[in-house]
This record gives sequence, C-alpha cells and structure tokens, in this order.
Amino acid sequence: MSMIASTKRRFDIPALLAWFIIAMAAIALFSPVFSPDFAITEVPRLAICLVLLAILGVRYELGFMRNQVGDLILGLVAAAAAWLLIDTAGRHVGDAALGFWTLTAATWASAWLFIERLANWKGMSPLASRFIDLAIPALFGATILVLWQLIVTGAGVPKVLLPAPSEIWLRLTTSVPILWADFQQTFMKAVLIGYVMGCGAGFIIAILVDRVPFLRRGLLPVGNLVSALPIIGVAPIMVMWFGFDWPSKAAVVIIMTFFPMLVNTVSGLAASDAMQRDLMRTYAANYWQTLFKLRLPMAMPFIFNALKINSTLALIGAIVAEFFGTPIVGMGFRISTEVGRMNVDMVWAEIAVAALAGSLFYGLIALAERAVTFWHPSIRG
Amino acid sequence: MVIDIDNLSLTFQTNDGPVHALSDIDLQIDEGDFVSFIGPSGCGKTTLLRVIADLEQPTAGTITVNGLTPHEARLKRAYGYVFQAAALYPWRTIAGNIALPLEIMGLSKAEQRARIAKNMELVNLAGFEKKFPWQLSGGMQQRASIARALSVEPDLLLMDEPFGALDEIVRDHLNDQLHQLWAKTNKTVVFVTHSIPEAVYLSTKIVVLCPRPGRIYDVIESDLPRERTLDMRESPEFLKIAHRVREGLKAGHSYDD
Amino acid sequence: MTDTALPATRSTNPFAGLMAGTTGPVLVILLAIVGIWYIAAVALNTPFQEGIYERAKQTDVPFTQLVSDTLAQERPVLPAPHQVVEEIYKTTVLKKVTSKRSLVYHTWITLSTTLLGFLIGTTLGIVLAIGIVHSRVLDKSLMPWVISSQTIPILAIAPMIIVVLNAVGISGLLPKAMISTYLSFFPVTVGMVKGLRSPEIIHLDLMHTYSASRLQTFWKLRFPYAVPYLFTSMKIGIAASLVGAIVGELPTGAVAGLGARLLAGSYYGQTVQIWSALLMAAFLAGSLVALIGVIETLALKRMGMAR
Repeated sequence: MSMIASTKRRFDIPALLAWFIIAMAAIALFSPVFSPDFAITEVPRLAICLVLLAILGVRYELGFMRNQVGDLILGLVAAAAAWLLIDTAGRHVGDAALGFWTLTAATWASAWLFIERLANWKGMSPLASRFIDLAIPALFGATILVLWQLIVTGAGVPKVLLPAPSEIWLRLTTSVPILWADFQQTFMKAVLIGYVMGCGAGFIIAILVDRVPFLRRGLLPVGNLVSALPIIGVAPIMVMWFGFDWPSKAAVVIIMTFFPMLVNTVSGLAASDAMQRDLMRTYAANYWQTLFKLRLPMAMPFIFNALKINSTLALIGAIVAEFFGTPIVGMGFRISTEVGRMNVDMVWAEIAVAALAGSLFYGLIALAERAVTFWHPSIRG
Repeated sequence: MVIDIDNLSLTFQTNDGPVHALSDIDLQIDEGDFVSFIGPSGCGKTTLLRVIADLEQPTAGTITVNGLTPHEARLKRAYGYVFQAAALYPWRTIAGNIALPLEIMGLSKAEQRARIAKNMELVNLAGFEKKFPWQLSGGMQQRASIARALSVEPDLLLMDEPFGALDEIVRDHLNDQLHQLWAKTNKTVVFVTHSIPEAVYLSTKIVVLCPRPGRIYDVIESDLPRERTLDMRESPEFLKIAHRVREGLKAGHSYDD
Repeated sequence: MTDTALPATRSTNPFAGLMAGTTGPVLVILLAIVGIWYIAAVALNTPFQEGIYERAKQTDVPFTQLVSDTLAQERPVLPAPHQVVEEIYKTTVLKKVTSKRSLVYHTWITLSTTLLGFLIGTTLGIVLAIGIVHSRVLDKSLMPWVISSQTIPILAIAPMIIVVLNAVGISGLLPKAMISTYLSFFPVTVGMVKGLRSPEIIHLDLMHTYSASRLQTFWKLRFPYAVPYLFTSMKIGIAASLVGAIVGELPTGAVAGLGARLLAGSYYGQTVQIWSALLMAAFLAGSLVALIGVIETLALKRMGMAR
C-alpha cells in the first residue's frame, strides 16, 4: 500500500520544505528580529542560527549528503537552531518581530524535514526501526513544545492566558509536595479504588447475567445506552450521599467504569464461535470448564478494551467530581481553586501530572494486554 | 456393532416451515469400519454425524453408540470429533491444545504428557509442541486437531470434512497418513466428505446420501484390500467403485434446484 | 455445510415472540430499574422522615403513610421517579421557553454547544484521518499523540479554558464547544483511520490497475468503505460531545445549560432539580445517538450497504 502511495506522490514535500527554509532565512536576513530595530547581525546567536538553517536548506536542495548521516546532521541543526531561538527569545520577551518569526518558521520546517526524512529510513534491524517508531512521535511532541515556548515568549503572551512550557516545568519542580498530595488523594484513592471496584463489579455481574439469556438480551441494549449517557452528571448526587472526601469520587468512578465493563464482558463471552462450543460439548465439558478454558480467554480482548476505556474515564470522573466539593486537597480541587486565583501555571503543572499518570496507567494496561492476548491477530501482527 | 441407527429422522422447524434434514435413516457400522458419508450440500451428512456425536437431537427413530444413547456415549467420551476447521485455541500451544480434553477429563499431569507425546508422534508433529497454532500451516493445524481427538483414546473417530479446506497436494498427503493411522490403530472411523476419490481411497463402506429430504441413496461395501496406496487410485477396481458413487450422486441429485 | 439448528420457537403464547427478542427483556429491565428506584427512594428517605415524625411527636405512623411521605419530600435524598417527571413537566411544558427557569431553555443551550462542538470535532477528525491515511509521516508522528491525547483528562481543564478565554473576551458558545470538539474528534479520527484503511489490498490493487489517482481512489473506494465506521464513531463522538458541553458549563457562575442546573442544584440541595437535569441529559444523549442511527440507516440504505 505504501509502495503504491510513494509512486503516486506528486509533491516532493522535503524539497518544498527545504525551499521554505531558504526563503524564511532570506527574509530574516533583511528584516528586524526584535523590536525596536534589532537586525539579525546585532544578535550573534540568531545570526549563527540563520547561517545554520540557510546552509541546511541549500545543502538539501543541492542533494548533498542525502543519506542517514546527513539526516542526523539535519536533526542536530534543527535542535541547535531551536535552542538558540529559545535562549534569545527569553532575553527579549514580547519583542519578537518579523525576522524572529521567519526564523521560528524555518526551525519548525527543518524539524518537519527531519521527521519526514526519518520516517523514510529503510532497511534497518527490527530493534532500530522500533526505536525510530518511538522517536518520531517524541520528536513531534518536542517540536510542538518548542513552538509553544517560542510563540509564548516571542509574542509575550500573558501568563494567565498560556504559560510557557519552561514556566510550567519550573512550577512543577518547585511544587512537588503539593502535587504529590493531590495525586495521592485523587489517583491513589479515588481513581484506583473506584476503578478496581467498578471494573470488578462489571465483570462479576456480566458473568452472572450471562447465565440468564433473558437478562443478557435485556441488559445489553440498556448497558449500551447507559454507556452513551453523561454519567459524570451523577457527581453532585454522589457528593451529597457520600460526603466530600474520596469515597464520593470513587463512587462516581465506579458508576462510570461499571457499564463499559459489563457491556464488553457480556459481548466478549458471546465471542466464541459455534464450532469451539461444539468442541467443548464433545468433551462433555461442564459450564465452568467451558467458561475458564474457552469463553474467558476468548473474551479477554473485549475485557481489555473496557479496561483501557475505563482507565481514562476513571481519571476524568474523579477530577470532575472534585469540582462539586472536596476537602482542600486533590487534583480537581487544585485546578478549580488555582484557576480562580489565576495561577495558570499551577493548573498546567497539575494537568501535566494527570496526563503523565493517565498515560502510564493506560500504558501499563496496554502492556498487560499484549502479554495476555498475545495470540490475538491484532497483537501478533 | 459400534453404531446402530434405526429409522432415524430429524426435522428442523424454521420460519419457512419444517426442513427434513434426515429421513428414515437405517445404518449399521461395525467395529474397525472406515465409513464415509458422501453427498451434495444439504443432504444431511454433517447432520447425521452430529446426531451420532449428540450435537443434534433426532426427532424420531433410535440410535445407539456402543449400545448407549449418544448422550451417554458423549458423557463417557466414547468418541473423538474432528471439525471442518482445526478449531485450535490460539492462546494455547499445540501441546496445550492436545491437553485440553485431557484436562477436562481430569487426567494426571504425567498421563497428559504421555498421551501428548504419543499422539503428536502418531500425526508426525513431534517437535512442534511449543509452537502456537497460528505459527503452523493449515495442514499441520488439522493434524494437530486429529491428535487432539485421538488423545481422548476413543475407539470411534468422527470426522467432519476434516480436509475440506486444504489444497489437493496436502490433502493427498493427509489422506495417506490418515489411512496408515487407521490401519495401525484399528479404530472405527466415520468420515464426512464431498470428494469421491477421498471417500473411495479411505473407506471400507461408502454411504451415499441425497437431499430433500436427506436420506441414504446407496451403501457401497468396498472390495478393495484393506492395505491401500495412493497409486491404487488408477486401478480398475478403484474406478469401478468411484463410478458407482458418482452414479449415485447424479441420480440422487436434481441440478435444477 | 450450513446445518443450522433452529429450535421450535413458535408457540401459542403471544408474548413468547416478544420475550424472545430484545424488546421484551429491555422493557422488563427498565421496569425493574424503576421498581428498584422506588424501593431505594423509600429506604434512603426514611431516616429524614423519621426525624420529622420525631420532632412532631408522631408515633405509630402507619407504613403506608411513611411510604407516601418519603416519596413526597421537598428535598429528598433520592427523589422518586414521579417527582422527577413532575418537575420535568413543570419546567418544560408549563414554563415559557424563553424563561430562565425553563428546562427547555437550558437544554437548548447545552444542545447548541454539543452540536457546534460535534460539528467541528467531526470535521477535524475526518481531516486528521485523511492526513494520517495518506501520509506516512503524519501516521507515525501524529497518531500516537491522537491516542495519548485522550489520556489527558481535558475535562479537568475545561473550567480553565473557559475562564481564560472569557478573560480575553472570547465568550459564548465557542469556548464550551472547544471542549466538546476535543472530546469528539478522537473517536472520529480513530474510526475513520480504521475505515479508510479497511478496503482490502485486492481492491486497492484493482484501483491501481486502473491507474486511478489518489483522489479517485479516495472517493470511489476508501470513502465508501469508511462510511459505516464514520457513523459508528459519530455515535460515540456525539455522546462525548454532550459530556464536554455539560462539564464546560460547570465553572463560573453557572448561568445556563444542563451542567449549570446540576451545579446550582448541588449548591442549594435541590435534588429534584439535579435529577431532572440528569434525566434530561440522558434523554438528550439517547435522542442524539438515535438520530445519528436513523441517518446511518438512511445513508447506508442509499449507498446499498444496509444489512
């Protein structure tokens, strides 16, 4: 498929990018980089940056060093240019002029060019290509962060609107105790306990329901419907019933995770085909033998699907439920109060922790899935 | 006598009215027989096999397997069943798949290991114990499923078009292996197929069925010697039997529907 | 061989057919839920009611009296279904639509946010999916972030986004719709990528033998293949979009919308109001998903893909 795609390519995107870099560098040469009236030659760091980018663009256009070493140099140049820009922008906050923006655009284009080249590397060992597959999204993420940093500092975006990544990082590293306490309250208590209980209850009820065909036929559509409902709305009620502390949040998480687990497990238990069930019948296997040896293994991909969906739902449920009342600790509490005080960098630090926790949680479940359902066509590749 | 079927009928109730899948079947199968059911689609050959295996219930008539009802025979694990597809569990290794019925029967670990080794040897799969089914070819998978059926150590083997999905070359090879296995173990085999050469090559008795309603059209006792080779398929005796089967299939089948 | 065994299902009992399908069981389950709700309402409201009796020095209250009293409290722990239905009736039919106390008004606010966010989200999702399917670079660099974007609990920053955008003068529907967009683009992107890649190699090879351009391959092969996936993911997307709209209404002032009704209800302990907003939101979600289902059926029938 990709082979067909490459022969049909009409635009040579790398070449276009290289031209773009050269054009941007040319504009930067003749326009002010910072107001008032700093020309590029007056800011040595940016001058180096410009020269680097220009050489890179010209070199690529000339077709010189179009190999893996050349690509790596491309990456190094892009990184160096980004570093020089970030460093200089920090000294002229909010004063960026046309020259600075064209250089930013050129840096961005060179990072893109690098990723573009990297994605087309061929003929590597499986380990190396696995590494590249991880590096590409990481580089993409880093590019976004760099652009974020440059735009925010260059244009002098007010901190209340959007803090720069560097400010968020600073806040993150200086508020570890608060963040840790919030994390414990929200994640270790509400999310994990609610998640285990919600998924566990959904699983057990699904097994029970599965024994009664009438219930199964009735519960499946109802469960599907409930999965589509904005269950998060029960948060205020749970806070009224179970108080301000974490049990009310865990209750919200239980309700949110219960239905996806129920629906997925019930459909998973129905996933074995007629021939496999006949096979167990010819062995005169009893209900439990069929359940444990055939139907549960068969249901595992479905169950893991629910576990993955629920891992994100649980975090959202716990944080949003805290908006309806908490003791003075917790990620949702911190977010809503710090927004009120316009401490936006603290909010972002909290978000970063939540995102990291959420990704790790999801990643762990995905790893467990690979280990348990190694046999499934979608995993064995 | 291993299987005795007397005046057996099976009617399915569908939304389009009743379907007579089997009608007035009379059949006796002796110990050590290799019996093939052959016929066009919808003649009920698979259904008949499933009745013997207690996977379908007849609506009239009687059937005994080893003198028991099919239900009792199933509970005593009196037969091994091989399906059209290998139906191996992808999360178990080949050895694990063969162990499946043994685990259900509650055999000891040592006994399980002994039977796995013995039956994998029997189907020429020794050395593949630790592989997963999806790492093997279709023919090897089907051989593993035969080993799984044999591991129950039944006297009766029920096979439902086991080689239907395989290509001709693999099929010939497996036919030969199955024949040798049968000659070695002296089991009773009931074999569903729609390939005439396969039926003639393997069987001591060929049952030709025809559809609407599903019934027995002809029962052919093969006069070929018990020991057979693939070359025999060119011999006049072989062709004579094949011809009779083909005539039976033609007569029992109207092609306009 | 397709010998399917169909057991004799035709019997003389006219309810047998109903109960054998899904309609009957679903109805029974729903009735059971209402029944459990009533029992729970009585059980949960009893302690408060007994407190009232104690203060009024009433003893030996008959059980029927207790039941009817627990189901008619002003601010019950759990309102009875009929109280909620009555509240919904009062705030929809009996109030003018433009009134701030009309539930229709609040529902409309939430609905318009949901739809705007869903529209932007679906468009964004389709565009991203087309990019990802056609560009190796986008596939490798963007796709992992699309997936990990959902592990970021965006709902948590919903309040901040709205406060911040308000601070710079962007207010009204758009900030709330952005949250809906963020939640709804994901299922659409993932579903469409799967759908656009669902044509088999043999079909792509066929287009290749015709020397079809990428655009032709897209419109004549990939897109039709992706339509069923699109509808499936749009159903998930619109439900997520509604959640986004409700949570987007939570912060600052709680002026209008179903989310605001939830928050106001929880401030003043108006449980009946919370439940009526919840039920309304559930009804809205159900109707929106059903609406997409209807469009799906019509579209697939038109395209000859209906089963």
